[in-house]
Amino acid sequence: MSDNAVKGFVHSIETFGSVDGPGVRFVVFLSGCAMRCQFCHNPDTWKHDENTVEYTADELLNKALAYRPYWKSKGGITVSGGEPLLQIDFLLDLFKKAKKQGVNTCIDTSANPFTTKEPFYSKWKELMEYTDLLLLDIKHIDNEQHKILTGQPNTNILEMARQLSDMGKPVWIRHVLVPERNDKDEYLFRLADFIHSLKNVERVEVLPYHTLGVYKWKALGYDYPLEGIEPPTKERVKNAEMILNGEKTRE
Amino acid sequence: MREEWTNFAGGKWESDIDVRDFIQRNYTPYDGDQSFLEGPTEATDKLWGELKELQKEERAKGGVLDMETEVVSGITAYGAAYLDKDLEKVVGLQTDKPLKRAFMPYGGIKMAEQSCQMYGYTPSPKLHEIFTKYHKTHNQGVFDIYTPEMKLARHNKILTGLPDTYGRGRIVGDYRRVALYGIDRLIEGKKEDFAETNRQGMRRGDFQLREEIADQIRALNDMKEMALSYGFDISQPAKNAAEAVQWLYFGYLAAIKTQNGAAMSVGRVSTFLDIYIERDLENGTLTESQAQELVDHFVMKCRMVKFARIESYNQLFSGDPVWATLEVAGLGMDGRSMVTKNDYRFLHTLENMGPSPEPNLTVLYSSRLPENFKKYAAHISVTTSSIQYENDDVMRPVWGDDYSICCCVSATQTGKEIQFFGARANLAKCLLYAINGGVDEKTKMQVGPEYTPITSEYLDYDEVIKKYDTMMDWLAHLYVGTLNMIHYMHDKYYYEAAEMALIDTDVRRTFATGIAGFSHVVDSLSAIKYAKVKVIRDEDGIAVDFETEGDFPRYGNNDERADKIAVDLLKTFMAKLKYCHTYRDSEPTTSILTITSNVVYGKATGSLPDGRKAGEPLSPGANPSYGAEQNGLLASLNSVAKLPYEYALDGISNTQTINPGALGHNDDERVDNLVNVMDGYFDQGAHHLNVNVFGTEKLIDAMEHPEKEEYANFTIRVSGYAVKFIDLTREQQLDVIARTCHDRM
Repeated sequence: MSDNAVKGFVHSIETFGSVDGPGVRFVVFLSGCAMRCQFCHNPDTWKHDENTVEYTADELLNKALAYRPYWKSKGGITVSGGEPLLQIDFLLDLFKKAKKQGVNTCIDTSANPFTTKEPFYSKWKELMEYTDLLLLDIKHIDNEQHKILTGQPNTNILEMARQLSDMGKPVWIRHVLVPERNDKDEYLFRLADFIHSLKNVERVEVLPYHTLGVYKWKALGYDYPLEGIEPPTKERVKNAEMILNGEKTRE
Repeated sequence: MREEWTNFAGGKWESDIDVRDFIQRNYTPYDGDQSFLEGPTEATDKLWGELKELQKEERAKGGVLDMETEVVSGITAYGAAYLDKDLEKVVGLQTDKPLKRAFMPYGGIKMAEQSCQMYGYTPSPKLHEIFTKYHKTHNQGVFDIYTPEMKLARHNKILTGLPDTYGRGRIVGDYRRVALYGIDRLIEGKKEDFAETNRQGMRRGDFQLREEIADQIRALNDMKEMALSYGFDISQPAKNAAEAVQWLYFGYLAAIKTQNGAAMSVGRVSTFLDIYIERDLENGTLTESQAQELVDHFVMKCRMVKFARIESYNQLFSGDPVWATLEVAGLGMDGRSMVTKNDYRFLHTLENMGPSPEPNLTVLYSSRLPENFKKYAAHISVTTSSIQYENDDVMRPVWGDDYSICCCVSATQTGKEIQFFGARANLAKCLLYAINGGVDEKTKMQVGPEYTPITSEYLDYDEVIKKYDTMMDWLAHLYVGTLNMIHYMHDKYYYEAAEMALIDTDVRRTFATGIAGFSHVVDSLSAIKYAKVKVIRDEDGIAVDFETEGDFPRYGNNDERADKIAVDLLKTFMAKLKYCHTYRDSEPTTSILTITSNVVYGKATGSLPDGRKAGEPLSPGANPSYGAEQNGLLASLNSVAKLPYEYALDGISNTQTINPGALGHNDDERVDNLVNVMDGYFDQGAHHLNVNVFGTEKLIDAMEHPEKEEYANFTIRVSGYAVKFIDLTREQQLDVIARTCHDRM
């Protein structure tokens, strides 16, 4: 291990992730994110803070490998955040080493840092060689609404999705369903159209917006922008699932 | 070959009493899936419905349906009695009515009477006179000879839950012998053993053994008489599956009519019974539906076992458990899976008749069990939270492939070995004694030896360790000495003749001890070592609280620094126990297992350096402390898996609750993930896992609305057993809710 190995800024670790990719997974939450999603349940991962721990790729991989007995054929490592692509140098180092050990790798990303500009683009293409699966969050299909909801445009996000489709890299699309923001049928149908234009989507997951992270906003001294918005009803969640999975079409 | 054994493969088991040999030569491994299983028969539905009504009535009456006040329980104390004679495929009740609790005075007359009075029953004055004036009890015997120091340690609860007021339990008769051999052959064997004890120059030990064998033979004859009252002649072997189940149950019934031990295990009966069922299925005299019915009705009997308990017992072991522990699965010494169709049938009872805490269904787990079976067991866990898992791969090398679980988690070789149950020593309190020079932090009594207390403002790790070590020496010595007296008196006044009659005369004995407060000691020592711990003393100079400055590694995070302290603590205490002389040369073992008594033990224990405040519950069993787990379930499991089973042969209990949403997106994923978790955990040498799959919100709702129908049989695993959640005390419900539920947003 060289002293100048790039360090990853880690917010926290969950040794038992079972809904962030296939099988049982070691989930690393990196800190730092440029998006400011109104529904974010982990605003404490937006910035590095006093709880952030620095790891080299070797250190983190060693920690993860202690859980290999639980992974069997499907499980492995998922890097989430925060936004993992903001630490692409570290991620590349980690996944290269993980792949050498035969570990299944997965990134849970909003794709927000994606750009075809260099040096990011080459690094990203290389990273994809070492990535087995991406969990891609599409927050809103409408660019203007996306800006309202997250503070950022979605054009580069959709671009990344298309490039992943072109290279045949498996993705699971995730969509947080937020009442009054993105659960109108019109938006859902447009999102479904987009998803169906992709050739690499293995699964579409609707994640109902929940309020369990609100206390974190308050603890951090932020105003909570979705005050008063309740989690979606079961019917709306089912509706979104049907639309996004192509089981319900426009009349 | 005897006619009853037609079509069985012969072997050593024909001439010798050797059930294991019979099983190995005759069982049919099954690696298919659960599709062959049948639902409940009409009779099962009806019978279970009647039992549920009685259970409801029992709950409405404050937890006890009926109690005996006139008759001393015994194998032949009652005639035949039924739940519903026309429907029952397996018959036999403990008393003259279903769910009626027997009067068992031999453990202690005071307790037998108190338990009656607690529920508004008045025991016969005549029985009082007999057991106070004319017949001594186990309890009286023990208190006659306890030293003042023992009484003091008991009173201050550094030794706690001792079986000196109730039956010690944990002795599993090999009830299968009744079915395979019939009682006459067993009597013959015992008579031969009796003759063999007639040695040159017999002395005290020989007399004791001869008296015990005589009692065993009497018990065997009583079993025949009891069975005859139900119209069955069990003097000869069972001829078919229905008889095998019935014969076996009569053996067990004799045990639960005579003993009210904390644990009254059924044992490893599933694969054995499958041999009879397979033979009957083969020759067309039994259908799958009838086979399932037999198992369902047998299990229903296990769900009906009741004992009269006193209040303090209920606080220790909440929810009326009896530990009718029954095992399925495991591997044979030859590497073959011992999973049979019957193992599926037993688990399937939880689907046919809904979840239930009893029998305490235990899967002897190995990652090498058939995948289909692992998945079915995981499916049952996900849907019922009613079963526990124990690692066959660590137990098989020690106990072979025919061991039974004799209580919550401890293994003993079936029919060849017994365990002397010995409750727990509170090692957390012992740490405070080390700091306070043997003075109890709650009562201020000088309980331990008057060693120099620690007087510094901040605790020094080396000084604490040194003092703790000598205090543990004292405790181990006192603890074993106390248990020696208990077991001597139990043998004398409350001997388990019925169970011992179904065990080899030349029996191996283990001497089980236990540790309470484990994780708190580990974290406290870690705090002292890696952070700064300031002592807060009261006006008497007793350390009553601690202020910890700085962070320290905690057990439950797969952090080597804390986990090493845990391993060292276990090894140290075990070594001290081994140093002591034990009753009847039994082999000392220990457990890290508290059952629900962690709440009561915690009440009696002062604040600790790990931040746990006085009176708060201790963490149960080998579980990491509340809030200590910062890295999720697997980090916690890895910490526990490091505890070496060979140093805690009595068991290392771990209870984990996983939110269904955190286990997978759907039931298929949940099942797969749970199998992966167990494979990974047990492949690393861990011993035991209680698996609960539900969310905290369900617990809270059940606590607030126990009257809802859906919660009537809502079963959860707690340290060491399963329990109907609504039967726990509110305090224990809150404790269960507070414990880490592995959940992620």
